[in-house]
Amino acid sequence: MLLIKCPFCGDRDELEFSCGGEAHIARPLAENTLTDAEFADYLFLRDNPKGVFLERWIHTDGCRRWFNVARDTVSHEIIEVYPMGETPKTEAAKAAHKASWRRQTAAEAAAKPASPAGRSGS
Amino acid sequence: MKTRFMKKSGTKPAAMRLPEGGRINRGKPVQFTFDGTSYQGFEGDTLASALLANSVYLVGRSFKYHRPRGILSAGAEEPNALIRLGKGARIEPNLRATQIELYDGLTSESQNRWPSLNLDVGAINSLFHRFFPAGFYYKTFMWPASFWKSVYEPVIRNAAGLGKAADDHNDPDRYEKTHQHCDVLIAGGGAAGLMAALSAGASGARVILADEQNEFGGWLLSEGDTTLDGEASPAWIAATLARLEAMENVTLLPRTTVFAYMDHNYITLMERVGDHMAECPAHLPRQRLWKIRAREVVLAQGCHERPVVFGGNDLPGVMLSGAVRSYINRYGVAPGRRAVVITNNDDAYRTVFAMIEAGIHVAAIVDMRPAAAGPLVAEAMRMGLSVHSSHAVLAAEGTRHLGYAKIARYNPKTGDVTGDPFYIDCDLIAMSAGFTPLVNLHSQARGKLEWDEEFCCFKPSTYHEAAQSAGAGNGAFDLATAMAEGAKAGAEAASRIGFEASPAQAPAIDAPVADFRPLNFWGVPSDAAPGSGPKAFIDYQNDVTASDIKLAVREGYQSVEHVKRYTTNGMATDQGKTSNINALGIISGELGATIPEVGTTTFRLPYTPTSLGAIAGRDIKGLFDPVRLTRMDPWHREAGAKFEHVGQWMRAWYYPQDGETMEEAVNREVRRARTHAGILDASTLGKIDIRGRDAAEFLNRVYTNAWLKLPVGRCRYGLMLKDDGMVMDDGVTTRLGENHFHMTTTTGGAAGVMAWLEEWKQTEWPELEVYLTSVTEQWSVATVSGPNARIILEKLGCSVSLRDDSFPFMSCKEARLAGLPVRIFRISFTGELSFEINIPSRLGMALWKNLMQVGSEYGLTPYGTEAMHVLRAEKGFIIVGQETDGSVTPHDLGMDWIVSSKKPDFIGKRALERASMALKDRKQLVGLVTENPMDVIPEGAHAVLDPNQPMPMEMLGQVTSSYFSPNLNQSIAMAMLKGGHAMKGETVWFPMIDGSEPIKATITDTVFYDPKGEKLNG
Ligand SMILES: [Zn+2]
Repeated sequence: MLLIKCPFCGDRDELEFSCGGEAHIARPLAENTLTDAEFADYLFLRDNPKGVFLERWIHTDGCRRWFNVARDTVSHEIIEVYPMGETPKTEAAKAAHKASWRRQTAAEAAAKPASPAGRSGS
Repeated sequence: MKTRFMKKSGTKPAAMRLPEGGRINRGKPVQFTFDGTSYQGFEGDTLASALLANSVYLVGRSFKYHRPRGILSAGAEEPNALIRLGKGARIEPNLRATQIELYDGLTSESQNRWPSLNLDVGAINSLFHRFFPAGFYYKTFMWPASFWKSVYEPVIRNAAGLGKAADDHNDPDRYEKTHQHCDVLIAGGGAAGLMAALSAGASGARVILADEQNEFGGWLLSEGDTTLDGEASPAWIAATLARLEAMENVTLLPRTTVFAYMDHNYITLMERVGDHMAECPAHLPRQRLWKIRAREVVLAQGCHERPVVFGGNDLPGVMLSGAVRSYINRYGVAPGRRAVVITNNDDAYRTVFAMIEAGIHVAAIVDMRPAAAGPLVAEAMRMGLSVHSSHAVLAAEGTRHLGYAKIARYNPKTGDVTGDPFYIDCDLIAMSAGFTPLVNLHSQARGKLEWDEEFCCFKPSTYHEAAQSAGAGNGAFDLATAMAEGAKAGAEAASRIGFEASPAQAPAIDAPVADFRPLNFWGVPSDAAPGSGPKAFIDYQNDVTASDIKLAVREGYQSVEHVKRYTTNGMATDQGKTSNINALGIISGELGATIPEVGTTTFRLPYTPTSLGAIAGRDIKGLFDPVRLTRMDPWHREAGAKFEHVGQWMRAWYYPQDGETMEEAVNREVRRARTHAGILDASTLGKIDIRGRDAAEFLNRVYTNAWLKLPVGRCRYGLMLKDDGMVMDDGVTTRLGENHFHMTTTTGGAAGVMAWLEEWKQTEWPELEVYLTSVTEQWSVATVSGPNARIILEKLGCSVSLRDDSFPFMSCKEARLAGLPVRIFRISFTGELSFEINIPSRLGMALWKNLMQVGSEYGLTPYGTEAMHVLRAEKGFIIVGQETDGSVTPHDLGMDWIVSSKKPDFIGKRALERASMALKDRKQLVGLVTENPMDVIPEGAHAVLDPNQPMPMEMLGQVTSSYFSPNLNQSIAMAMLKGGHAMKGETVWFPMIDGSEPIKATITDTVFYDPKGEKLNG
């Protein structure tokens, strides 16, 4: 069982949290010209990498706040915990963010310029 | 030769009990039974040592061949002596006799035998052993596939499985769970673990030291030839424990197995609190599960000795050499009278000397090494013992107990027998093929292993978690090295996390200098033709022989994981503690590869079998899941209501009167709600208080319809979608103030909706100022519905007018009702004039009783969830989760009217615009009226156009809701049918699963009752 450092409560057992899956999935703005296929990248496609993964977690049985976690899916090492709406600071997590196929999608482009929040990250 | 066995005395003389020595309490004799016979042992005995003391050698039958089996070991690795312990509901199967502490009145039984241990019918399997080669099940039970369920599986299930659980499944014992944090957790309280505890404890770190045995000390308790600081080891152990007990930061947990090591140093321990007591005091649990988060871990698990692989090595009387020593020195028991020793290392010589000291005749020492030498060998020779270097035991023979050993010279390079065999009578073979470090926990925690060439064993190399190993578990078999490693590991663990620590001072050790390096030979010397000769066992518990493993390799299995599954080696309850390395050795020999090249299997938790009772703890029965009750619950119970579970809630289902059936009761409730008035406890509806500057904007985004212009005091029905456009929840939300809303959700969806809203607020729209509070439990809700609803409330004394002009449909007012403060919502889920009265929850019962008292004059009838379902179905109102299943859009439900086309965005908007959402053959919600009005179509029934078409039939969709409507006096149903909206008026059929006549129905609109909505105003 993972030991996760909630940014608001500190170290807690994994069972107090829920994982919200991949982080930094930008929601296209209302006004967009995405095709159904392009929109599906946002709606359905989720990453499942071996190695560093940027995830959203919520401290369900604690403060009920969402935050981002950079976790190695092989070693289960938690590399970084960082707030919603921000991008990671550590080298490994920064690289994972940059390398994601999602950065190149029309769906992500359609989420700019507004929407600075966590799911949309940047 | 002097004989030191106990003279016969008393009723149950324990013939093999030594007259002195051991850590048993000879002042405390205890009585126990095994297979119905009474025996005597002493406090401090295990069941195994007590059985041996009583000359009971045959203690079980093996799993596949039903071969006679005895006690192999003296610890957790025991594969043979599996016991069914206890009486009645407390019976527990598959316990290792070597770990069962004796207590007065203990009742035990052997397993896998029928009709009795000495006469076992299943042993006939042995005669047909050629029918049970490796992969037997795979080869035999392959074809035809249809035989699986009816023939093969029952046969296998009958043959497989070990002991039988208690017939009474109500475990009378109590179990506990506890959580703990510590700085340093030490697994194993032998020499290394104790030293680690001294070092870490002295630094001030919070230390937990756990050991699976009843006493700390590990193998030190079994050694008679070792002194520490000039005294026998137990004296040093006692002094060390006294020092540790004096440290407030150290917790000692004896009888506690560290059984699982998970991510981030999360470790679980099983403490056997009461298992060793005849009567566990009421204030103690039987077992306690510890869940520990440790900052650092020291693994000092020790090692297990390996059996030597030779024919008949499973006969009762064949025992691990260290175990023999343990029975003599720790338990004061002689496991035999005349022994042969077979070894490939020096350690067995210590057993030789212990046996001689105990008066056991050592008939021969068979040393597999080419030229056995060294001080211990020399000492044996000096004592005149016959030491046979470069010899091997080819076979052990006997019927139910060892009778003699067949021995011959062999070539340690090839395994070929090079001389004539000779035979030595014996009732005990003490064997040692070297030692296997217990890397189980290290490996569970994903630590890596390396092969130690010198000691021919895997030992920890790199660590995945914050941990380190010490002692025999780390490949340090020599006592001085083990203690030094333990002291260092404890200090290092503490200093890594900021404590000032240094290695504790080890005692002065006086012990024989033994060469623990085993001979690197993994063959099975035999003079029999390949495939014949006595079976040489690798995995005792699963009856896997050396030939089975060789056969698997010959059949093409090369990966150790595949050989393991094919032969089932290492897959029994002991997880191959004594067998894995021997199997690897044989595989490597067959493949011509080294052991590290062959690799090792994965260690899984738990280290030893762990009772489910302790894992469940107190989370059973009523405490398994919370049950939520409304404030009016006692009233419903008094009224004789039947209940149903809705999520965690208990809701009144229906209220039978005077012997009514459910159908009669529901029909009455449904009718009365339309002819007079009905009252429903709706307290369980999810309620969320929404406030903040942007509350209206927030609702506008999460619901499909428009919310910005909803006037204060008005209510609106809303539908919530997931972002894929599928219906997720629905409910009525009311604007209580400019920036204040009261949202209701479905009962089952309340928590999910709350989480959903929080997620969007926090992660997508943090710029919105919105505050969400779950207030489900803050309000009790009574819904009064029906033509008499208004008059009942008026009679009760309502501070506001309930007339249509001032209190119209879909509005809300704060008021006092019978003097009680309430919020009244004029909304309707029945289609009748309806008031949903919310009251601070503590006043719920008072409100309900007031309503019932005044309402009785007007026919006010309590109705349950079943009547609620029928009432809403008569009106064609959907229930999310019944009509919908996560793949249904508002358009599919015919609810286009609720989807705003003007709003720029809402959750699910873009997804609804996908081309596939407009497909004509999507399943759509329709009503159904059966041709025979008395036919109620079963929910879930599938619709077809032609009931006579060949199978598989083309199915249109399924019935989602179906009831008999007492108000319409006919059956009504709703269904999700492909292209259903365009099929109004058409006929469909519902074939019945039981083969009875298909039900014929016509597709209709979904509103069956009062389609114009005239009843809403009473
Ligand atoms: Zn928190």
